[in-house]
Amino acid sequence: MSASTEHGAETASTPLDAPGLHGDMSRVTDPYAVDAHGDVSLDAHELSAELAGGEGHATDPDVAAYALRLGDDALVLSQSLCGWIARAPELEEDVALGNIALDLLGHARSLLRYAGSYDGRSEDDLAYGRDEPEFRSAWLFELPNGDFAHTIARQLLASTYLLELYRALTASPDLGLSALAAKAEKEVDYHRDHAVQWTLRLAGGTAESRRRLLVALDDTWPYLNELFRDEPLHDRLDGIAVRPSTLRGRVDEVLAAVLAEEDVPVPSIPASPAGGRRGTHHPAFGPLLAEMQVLARRHPGATW
Amino acid sequence: MTGTLEHARGVVAAVADPEVPVLTIDDLGVLRDVRLDGGTVTVTITPTYSGCPAIDAIRDDIVLALTSAGFDRAIVRTTLTPAWTTDWMSDAGKRKLSEYGIAPPSGRAPVGPLRLKLSVACPRCGSLDTREVSRFGSTSCKALWECRACLEPFDHFKAL
Repeated sequence: MSASTEHGAETASTPLDAPGLHGDMSRVTDPYAVDAHGDVSLDAHELSAELAGGEGHATDPDVAAYALRLGDDALVLSQSLCGWIARAPELEEDVALGNIALDLLGHARSLLRYAGSYDGRSEDDLAYGRDEPEFRSAWLFELPNGDFAHTIARQLLASTYLLELYRALTASPDLGLSALAAKAEKEVDYHRDHAVQWTLRLAGGTAESRRRLLVALDDTWPYLNELFRDEPLHDRLDGIAVRPSTLRGRVDEVLAAVLAEEDVPVPSIPASPAGGRRGTHHPAFGPLLAEMQVLARRHPGATW
Repeated sequence: MTGTLEHARGVVAAVADPEVPVLTIDDLGVLRDVRLDGGTVTVTITPTYSGCPAIDAIRDDIVLALTSAGFDRAIVRTTLTPAWTTDWMSDAGKRKLSEYGIAPPSGRAPVGPLRLKLSVACPRCGSLDTREVSRFGSTSCKALWECRACLEPFDHFKAL
């Protein structure tokens, strides 16, 4: 049964089924929907606007573009991590990676909702309706899961960066950005802790786990640099967005300290020219996007 | 029918959390504000974790409770500011959690890179001889622990 909210959205007295019970992100009118809850009335417009944290609307196209980047990073990493569900090395890890993906999905929804509020697009329009060149995610977040060591290396770099980013962004005078950052900061702190613990376990575990971790770090490291590139967007958002280059020192410091715990050398691999911020993506991204979007594109408005 | 603000607040505060039904959303600190304007009640809630799917169910339950209690119209707003913390959980809530078999959050939310490991008391036998099995559990807000005294596994509500 799907939620019915479109007709009668403006009239408080029209009975409506309560939306959201089945986790449907897009709501379509279903003339056959049975109203199971008697005379529940609510304002559909209010609900959709407030779905993922109603911290106002983006009125500046640059702020919207900035939120879109951060939202895309979180969305893509979340989607990748879901690939571990039912395949992780142990049940607890299955649950852990699933929980991390859920947090990231929450960040993505808030950020995309905020980005879309500028020009009237919904979070679903942005997640399911854009083609590959319209995404702005960085390559680090688009890397394939690889083996478990590759996923942990990606988690270590990503969560270390995200923690410093959100921590700095809490000071933004833009209330939409600072509210999300304050919420996300606490969660990615926990994600970083998870990645650090696994990095140390793999590095200090068996010869094979250490070998795999070193390979994974070498394969992942070239994509760190893209995260710290300043662009004209950041100049225009001076004082509102976080200037990427300002995060480099602290991120390098944390990563070096973690690797030093187990005498793992910091990789010295040249940086990739990765161009996710201008819509040129890692080869692994297209297939990931196709899998994420196929249902919404084949069956527009589907709910379950 | 138009009820009083106190009535509306009481109705909303009694709504149970769908994941941990022994707690109300008021115990949990998820309920932030209730306002009444004519027959319209405006409720503000905040999610525990960003991706927590329970927030949708909570919103529906609030609307249902208010309309069943006779209020004409209910609007539920979600806010992220200030960010939810387990420090907002009421003492009554912590007691109820423990009785339900979930170890309540211990200590304050972690600050800084050093995560102080406080022992978590087993909600079944009270022993402090417990260990963390997994930092993540059945829902976003919980971790999985086990008691070495009574050998029972239990959920621990993470301090955030």
